[in-house]
Amino acid sequence: MAIDAAQPETPGAPEGRQNPQGRPPPETEETAVAGHAPGVRHAPGVGHSPELRPGVQRLPIAVGPGPGDLTDGAAASEATAGLLEVRHLNAYYGTFRAIRDVDLSIRPNAVTALIGPSGCGKTTFLRTLNRMHELVPGATVQGTIELDGVDVYGSNIDPVRLRRVMGMVFQRPSPFPTMSIYDNVVAGLRLTGRHQRSELDAVVERSLRRAALWDEVKDKLRENGMSLSGGQQQRLCIARALAVGPEVLLMDEPASALDPIATLRIEELIAELKQSYTIVIVTHNMQQAARVSDRTAFLTMGEDRAGYLVEVDETSRIFTNPRERLTEDYVSGRFG
Amino acid sequence: MSQGIPSSLVAGRPAAALLVRTRADRRRSLVNSAFQGVALLAAVACVVPLGALVTFVVMNGAGALNLDLLTRPTRALGLGGGAAAAILGSLQIVPIAAVIAAPIGVLAALYTVEFSGRRTATLIRFAADVMVGIPSILIGIFAFALFVLPFHQFNALAGSLALAIIMVPVVMRTTEESLRLVPGSLREASLALGVPMWRTALSVVLRTGLSGVAAGLMLAVARAAGETAPLIFTAFGNQLINVGGLGKPMDALPLFIFVNARQPYEAQNSQAWGAALLLLLFVLAVNVIVRGRAGRRNSR
Repeated sequence: MAIDAAQPETPGAPEGRQNPQGRPPPETEETAVAGHAPGVRHAPGVGHSPELRPGVQRLPIAVGPGPGDLTDGAAASEATAGLLEVRHLNAYYGTFRAIRDVDLSIRPNAVTALIGPSGCGKTTFLRTLNRMHELVPGATVQGTIELDGVDVYGSNIDPVRLRRVMGMVFQRPSPFPTMSIYDNVVAGLRLTGRHQRSELDAVVERSLRRAALWDEVKDKLRENGMSLSGGQQQRLCIARALAVGPEVLLMDEPASALDPIATLRIEELIAELKQSYTIVIVTHNMQQAARVSDRTAFLTMGEDRAGYLVEVDETSRIFTNPRERLTEDYVSGRFG
Repeated sequence: MSQGIPSSLVAGRPAAALLVRTRADRRRSLVNSAFQGVALLAAVACVVPLGALVTFVVMNGAGALNLDLLTRPTRALGLGGGAAAAILGSLQIVPIAAVIAAPIGVLAALYTVEFSGRRTATLIRFAADVMVGIPSILIGIFAFALFVLPFHQFNALAGSLALAIIMVPVVMRTTEESLRLVPGSLREASLALGVPMWRTALSVVLRTGLSGVAAGLMLAVARAAGETAPLIFTAFGNQLINVGGLGKPMDALPLFIFVNARQPYEAQNSQAWGAALLLLLFVLAVNVIVRGRAGRRNSR
């Protein structure tokens, strides 16, 4: 990726939201002081590209000259970072409509859970957000998804760059089997052309700490990622996703292949990560949705087998006093 | 088997009567044994040639495979000379062929697995399978017309190119099989990190399938090292040692065997046997190493 390497601003910005444990940020990360809490905007200071206007945070996908950039910082709204607005979303596999007309607003610094019976399109919905959906031959999307006011399906958006802003964690832990723990964490950086050793070292420690895995693996970073237990592998995958500096974390049943104790650790981790990220989690486990999420969206399948959104609300309300009869039936175990 | 039928199913007959072996039973078990025996014979016939061939070549070649054969250049009538020219020739022609064929075969496989549509992939795979089945003498004549005739000169590079043509489909097919085994979840994990498609194909998919790719490449090399027909009209053979003269005729082990086995002199025939043993040992070694490793991987 010679193109990326040639963009001096790139290293700083995507890392920008990770500065845990109060470690002094490396030189490449002047922007790291920016917290993620709403209202805390980082001041335009050293290291910012000169065209960055005060008070306007540019999206990481918009950083750097070259094709695929978002249309300057002006498009980014001031009050949000990691806010997802989904409007009239339809997703298709060929002619089959998998998702029908979903409108959903996903808040930053919160966990939004997607629940619903099998086949209702939860995973498909998740994959439309970071444009993984379109990798399936014949798969298409209608409608708009805006990240901080920028349409991620806009003609000027490069899906490859978008996916660095919206990290994804899959159902089954999938460490790269040919790589060490260290190499797994920095895979997203190395494979996009960033090789500076000091930067990578810092990212590895920070990402593994964030993923609550550092203490368990710090003495064996050179060992193969497959040597870890299932739960550790999944946290490694979370660290790998965090390493590229996303704003949004999409999790597709991240604990369904894990034992209860590993599941608990992942849930604790999610609760911590929501301080800094917008988190969307698909889960089959309603207790899990109730435990980890702030808001819950309930999807189900229509007669045409297309998934649609029944309702979205605060999690406590969905599980105690939902507005829709369908939701009540589902959460109380009467169907699905 | 009548013994297996519960007596309750056959109304009105006592169980004991059903258990007695009849003539039909005996005949059936006889047919069964006969069939098993025939299949066993076929299996043995399948393995015997390999054992016989190895024994035969070892018996005839062991005496001739000595230091002289390995180090001395060819001398007239096979008196005191060796196969050094052929060995050095093979050591040049085959690696050059591998260097040409490997990237083409591997990238073609990567294309069919990662980038092309299903129909294109089927077409490419079909073409490769047909190529594998093309008689190697035709490839020799083709290379002769293309790489020898225009230059009015038999040359080693034409031999390498001919061998490369034989190797490409072999490398492509084995690489493809190996890459198809790489789980899609790794591909997705990489793409979801914002890694471009081409980089995912190289650094994740190819890297994960690399041991299978290497195995396929080694088998292709072993195959090419023994090919004779494509070299007859291209590298042609050479009594003199030729190192680096790719534009000139060059000897190779199969050519050496081919030429010397047809001579009326005992000494030359014996050298052909020695060279044959050398070639056989190389091919066997590659196969044992590659298939042994693959076996271990599969059983784990």
